[in-house]
Amino acid sequence: MNAGLLLDTLLVLILLWLAWAALASRDLFRGIVLFIAFGLVLSMAWVRLGAPDVALAEAAIGAGLTGALLLATWGRLPGRNGRRGGQDDSGDENGD
Amino acid sequence: MKMEIKGPRGEPGLLLRAGLALLLAALAAGVALVLVAEHEHPGLGAIVDAELARSGADNPVTAVLLNFRAYDTLLEIAVLTVALVGVWALGPAPRIRESTPSPVLLGMNSILIPLAPLICAYLLWAGASRPGGAFQAGAVLAAAGVLFILSGRRPRTRLPDAPPRLGAVIGLAAFLAVALGVMSSGRRFLEYPVELAGALILFVETAATLSIAVILAGLFIGGRPEDEP
Amino acid sequence: MSGGFLFAFAGLGLLVIGAWALVLRAHLIRKVLAINVMGSGVFLILVGSGSMDGGAVDPVPQAMVITGIVVAISATALALALVLRIANATGKPALPEDQDRDLMDEEGR
Repeated sequence: MNAGLLLDTLLVLILLWLAWAALASRDLFRGIVLFIAFGLVLSMAWVRLGAPDVALAEAAIGAGLTGALLLATWGRLPGRNGRRGGQDDSGDENGD
Repeated sequence: MKMEIKGPRGEPGLLLRAGLALLLAALAAGVALVLVAEHEHPGLGAIVDAELARSGADNPVTAVLLNFRAYDTLLEIAVLTVALVGVWALGPAPRIRESTPSPVLLGMNSILIPLAPLICAYLLWAGASRPGGAFQAGAVLAAAGVLFILSGRRPRTRLPDAPPRLGAVIGLAAFLAVALGVMSSGRRFLEYPVELAGALILFVETAATLSIAVILAGLFIGGRPEDEP
Repeated sequence: MSGGFLFAFAGLGLLVIGAWALVLRAHLIRKVLAINVMGSGVFLILVGSGSMDGGAVDPVPQAMVITGIVVAISATALALALVLRIANATGKPALPEDQDRDLMDEEGR
């Protein structure tokens, strides 16, 4: 088993673990952050597969922008916290 | 555990889980069988390489995206545009709280936001011969827009409604214009003349980058731009 | 066994994990996460099975996957906007049949 295959195995294990952890975690915020990490490790997998264009797209769109969208939606959910509704802009930041 | 499909509050019961597990196992076995079976994998790489010189781009992925399978990319940009229309149809943009952004964010923005157009232009230009391309470039610009929005700054004057709407459709419009325009000299839909292929690809990619940036940032905003001042 | 083969099987694993979570979890944002994981799995199968011979790089599956990534974020954005509408309309980000379930989203640790 050469070094490349070893790296690929490691990436695969990390990918599977991150996906499972993101979907199984009780805290949704933690799940979203793990999903972003999953996207970044997937980007490395694309490099290993000889697909640099896909790696760029995955990092920017798949991990970065999708992650931003998910966190923004999570933050806008109503009643996430007793003080804050989805649409009102009174009250102070709870620290995103 | 009781054998039921759904529990009292709607949770999945044992029957549902077992059925799902069986179905997924069958799917996995099927795909695995196909993957391990011995067959020829010639792929299309050789065919692409043969025609690469005439395609207008040196990066084979860009050639495939913007020339050989340009129709797919045209539809993809249409999907992006339709998604933005869909999000706009669902309501006005959720208000972003005017709070004090963290100094780390402001400091990062002062470096990243001016750098973003540079990276975008590089990715767009390099996409023809090196890894890069319109989608990656547009995404970087959109990310800078997202950072700008997160820092809570508002432009001092109200922007007229037109620029976001124009920006969102210009990619699709330019692509369609090129696709239909080449038909005027008797070619088929999206059949670029060989000597103009490089220039046409760059033109379409530039318009597409702008649109992709506007659309992705607009999807993050999450609703129609406010109409009142 | 080449790297491509390994990643193709990883893609299959992601497909299964995503499908499992999609059906069984109630929170709509988690369902969106599951769909994205399934999509990434499919992309890995596409490119991974194309790289199995370890020979030349095949650009067509790569182009298809880039298209797929962009379409996935479009669908995700629309889906998340719909999730917000559902959550604002019914009070919980869950489908009507799941309204009484524990969404397992607890604030704080």
